[in-house]
Amino acid sequence: MSDHKFKLSIPHDNIERNLGLLATFVALLVAVGGIVEIVPPYYLDDAEPAVEGVRPYTPLELEGYAIYRKEGCYLCHSQMIRPFRDEKERYGHFSLAAESRYDHNYVWGSKRTGPDLARVGTKYTDAWHVQHLIQPTSVVPESVMPNYVWLETNVLDTSKTRARMEALRTLGVPYEQGDIDNWEADLKAQAAADDGAGEDDLRARYERNTWVNKNGDVEQWTDSFKPTPLNVRAFDADASDVTEMDALVAYLQSRGNMVHFEEGVDYYHDKFGQPYRK
Amino acid sequence: MSAVSHQEYDYDIVKICVILGIAMGLVGTFFGTFIASQLAWPALNLDNPYLSFGRFRPMHTNTVIFAFGGYLLYGSAFYIVQRTCHVRIWSSKLAWAAIWLWLIGLVCALLTFPLGMTQGKEYHEAEWWIDIILALSWVLYSLNFIMTIKNRRTSHIYVALWFYLGMMFMVSYIFVFNGMALPVDMSFSYSAYAGVHDAMVQWWWGHNAVGFFLTAGFLGVMYYFVPKHVGRPIFSYRLSVIHFWSIMYLYVWVGAHHLQYTAIPDWTQSLGAGMSIALIFPSWGGMINGMMTMSGSWHKLRTDPIMRFMIVALAFYGMSTFEGPLMSIKSVNALSHYTDWTVGHVHSGALGWNAMISVAALYHMITHLWRPIYSMKLVNVHFWIHTVGAVLYITAMWASGVLQGLMWRAFDDYGNLVYTFADSVAAMHPFYAMRAIGGALVTVGFGIMLYNLIKTLQAAKAEEGQQSVATASV
Repeated sequence: MSDHKFKLSIPHDNIERNLGLLATFVALLVAVGGIVEIVPPYYLDDAEPAVEGVRPYTPLELEGYAIYRKEGCYLCHSQMIRPFRDEKERYGHFSLAAESRYDHNYVWGSKRTGPDLARVGTKYTDAWHVQHLIQPTSVVPESVMPNYVWLETNVLDTSKTRARMEALRTLGVPYEQGDIDNWEADLKAQAAADDGAGEDDLRARYERNTWVNKNGDVEQWTDSFKPTPLNVRAFDADASDVTEMDALVAYLQSRGNMVHFEEGVDYYHDKFGQPYRK
Repeated sequence: MSAVSHQEYDYDIVKICVILGIAMGLVGTFFGTFIASQLAWPALNLDNPYLSFGRFRPMHTNTVIFAFGGYLLYGSAFYIVQRTCHVRIWSSKLAWAAIWLWLIGLVCALLTFPLGMTQGKEYHEAEWWIDIILALSWVLYSLNFIMTIKNRRTSHIYVALWFYLGMMFMVSYIFVFNGMALPVDMSFSYSAYAGVHDAMVQWWWGHNAVGFFLTAGFLGVMYYFVPKHVGRPIFSYRLSVIHFWSIMYLYVWVGAHHLQYTAIPDWTQSLGAGMSIALIFPSWGGMINGMMTMSGSWHKLRTDPIMRFMIVALAFYGMSTFEGPLMSIKSVNALSHYTDWTVGHVHSGALGWNAMISVAALYHMITHLWRPIYSMKLVNVHFWIHTVGAVLYITAMWASGVLQGLMWRAFDDYGNLVYTFADSVAAMHPFYAMRAIGGALVTVGFGIMLYNLIKTLQAAKAEEGQQSVATASV
């Protein structure tokens, strides 16, 4: 008995005989790590530093994103450039957290069976993308990518576009009522399926410096900042209809050039903190 | 001296899980071989949207993890909890409900993936309403398990059950929180989280699906079937206590190592790496405890292929839980991330540890649920085919992964990149072909297992028939 007094022992026997105790300890213990790692980034400003130029997707790009997800592109292509010299050479400036701030879901990916696509926008012509998606080996002989022959023949299903924008607004993406009400005109205008009638309105809605988020806060970029012009054209070279190909190529061509990187600026330290006024 | 006669246990709920599990193992590895072959020979995409790699890949991952792994965990939990608590399952009806709901959820998932319905989250692709079916099944399964422990006729809760319990809690948390989504309609929903936050939640899920579903749960399997099969007590009781609590605490933190050098905060990356390195101790605690339990029965390895599955499973567990911490170190991850090395690592865990300990447990249960297995020779053939297939697969992916990583970062003397990305793709072909062959061998192994099971069931039925004839003639 006196031995016991000095022995450092956790009364594990009690835990093993008491289901309530065991279950409570386990239930609490496994919750710790996730809470510590996931909750603080929501409250720490430097977890997702704001940066000028990142805007919500246009209706056509949003449908393109949905196709990107539907076809499982993210399983073979990453959209997250790491801060290494070879990645800078190959893909461009490393990815910033803010560049995916409107991506519900994130599409960073985990595997590069094909190359990173975070800054693929404007790197190739539309015609190259169309040819590559229909038959990748015709432009990249080594490719192991499937032929996406159906994208060009499938007319884009736009029955959900409005609901998608409304859902995203609920989740905090700063779409305004006008953006949502004009989804169809904007979608057709961007694919040049409306003889250019809606282009100015589309540009006015998405090439702007002021966004009002769901909390009613105005996010105002510096007045001198010129947003990246939208890509407005028949992406599949056929203005008569809007196909899945139009949407996917519009999405791909928008990748990675919303933020304007300046030579010699260290985007980790110099720029963050005061990029725009709230 | 068991206080309860075996007739009192409900074995029907275990039997159905064993049958479904083995069938799903065959289907899942077949899907895997198919998509592996698509990467080696892209013509196999057949220009068909429903069969193209991007839509088909979740078919493989969901079938092997949640259908094969899931039924193994359901069946073994029902088996172990009754036998170690000396009491019948709390509710047979709820057990059946959980089993069928799980199947309904999985079938819905497998029917909707080819249509392109996906949440876009790896290993959590099924849309929101399928998530609800699966979650309901999981809650019923867990509740039944907990209530059976509550009714136990033993004083202590056996160590295997702790691991199952940890898995049930954690998988509930991660599945629900990662699955939080705003539905647009039945076929589409948006994650409640965006960007960095979505990435963090996703890998909190992703790595703990590995850490709890595929590790804690399967350690539960190991802690029951290894001692039972070799007929020796657990090597160190104290070790099992220590490594249980430390594994429960540590695994949760390590998801961030999937996001090294990405845009998540630096402190999270370092924390993920640090915890991953620490995790080697509890992992090896389990490996050593399992292996040393077999110590003293090594002579049985000559005659018992089921025990061979167990020892090789534990060896792979030790190997891949060494490899994991290694790959989570930032400078190693800089090379390994985005490459096939990750795929190789996952499969050394999945084909080596998970599949082999499952197969051992399933063969063990078949004998105890029906009758001695139809052919022990075929079990041995399965063992060798599976082992060779797994080793081919893993070595192919190691070689291709390291090669990819090195080719991508190679600079020449003038400071230019040496290889185009397409060069690295071309260099992968022989390894992808080798991987497909490895996967095919594993699939054949599961085919042999299913054949062996069917023959055993037929023999059991014939014997039952004879018995009833004999009883009738008396």
